[in-house]
Amino acid sequence: MEVVKVWMADSNVAKHPNSIRTTGLGSCVGVTLYDPTSKVAGMAHVMLPTSTLAKNDDFKNAKYADTALPELLDMVIKAGGNRSRLVAKMAGGAQMFNFNGSSETMRIGPRNVEACKEALKKLGIRLVSEDTGGNIGRTVELFTDTGVFLIRTATKQTKEI
Amino acid sequence: MSDPIRNITDFQLDVLREISNIGAGNAATALSKLLNNPVDMKVSRVLPLHFNDIIEYVGGAENIVATVFLRIQGDIAGSMFFVINTEVAKRLIEDMLGTLEADDFSEMGFSVLQEIGNILSGSYLTALSDFTGLDLQPSVPSLAIDMAGALLGDGLMEIGRSGDYAILIDAEISIRKLVQQIIVQNGGGHFFLLPDPDSFEKLFTALGVQNHGSS
Repeated sequence: MEVVKVWMADSNVAKHPNSIRTTGLGSCVGVTLYDPTSKVAGMAHVMLPTSTLAKNDDFKNAKYADTALPELLDMVIKAGGNRSRLVAKMAGGAQMFNFNGSSETMRIGPRNVEACKEALKKLGIRLVSEDTGGNIGRTVELFTDTGVFLIRTATKQTKEI
Repeated sequence: MSDPIRNITDFQLDVLREISNIGAGNAATALSKLLNNPVDMKVSRVLPLHFNDIIEYVGGAENIVATVFLRIQGDIAGSMFFVINTEVAKRLIEDMLGTLEADDFSEMGFSVLQEIGNILSGSYLTALSDFTGLDLQPSVPSLAIDMAGALLGDGLMEIGRSGDYAILIDAEISIRKLVQQIIVQNGGGHFFLLPDPDSFEKLFTALGVQNHGSS
């Protein structure tokens, strides 16, 4: 079994028996699509809510929620996933630093979560579980065998969703 | 507009290294006074790096670090971090309070660390502002102890709107006593200054080393 790595502002797919993982999510969101029958999974490490924030046209789709999810859907389908069977899970979107009178930049975590939900809704994909918000960093891994989404925090606590 | 990060000249990198030395030098002096103990400073490094490499540079996304973060606004904009490993953080607190510090950090310990971060980042930025003549308005610094990837990612958000690369201006300081006790290999802490891409032109103009119309 191999672990497929997803970098920041990046996306990838994993097929059975491999798992797919991204590390050190703060305000970023790790969003996954999974087909329980073909056991294909895709993950994007989304950094910002919307591509309207981009200062130029040359950007990676995985960076922004609104462009990341349509691209991830294509990738998962190409890898053998069936659109009608796909379910989504996600984690992250924390606010790592506490700032008084938080400006918009500081609230980016919750905005990322909202934007991912909106993008999933647009694509008609059901979000089955999430572990979002708070002020903790997370490392997440999706196992293609079971569809279990494992979340680990700095305090070594783990959680399955 | 030309990409300020890819078109940076070696001379400009040298200038950034110099302002980092000035900022960190001032902060090292402040820390030394605070601890009543010598603090050494290494020559700064200025590295144009991909985001992924920045995270690797601090020991990987899951490396647990204590980090003070602030945003700079004013004439130029950017992110600044003071990053120390948790063992050094613990020793610093113990030094200041004269009591043993818990591994998961006490409330008191946390505020001591926050205060040290305020003083150090303030000293760094004051020196930077004095030298460049730029008006720099830092946000109130905020401390968090968590995965490096999660913490530094927050400072890369704004830069990420322009691309996937940043110029990391790294100044390392070390508390001599801790190095002698072999508590840490070669470090106490790192100051990371990450100017937003559209701030480089203003910064270089203030320093008189702008690109003269070259692309």
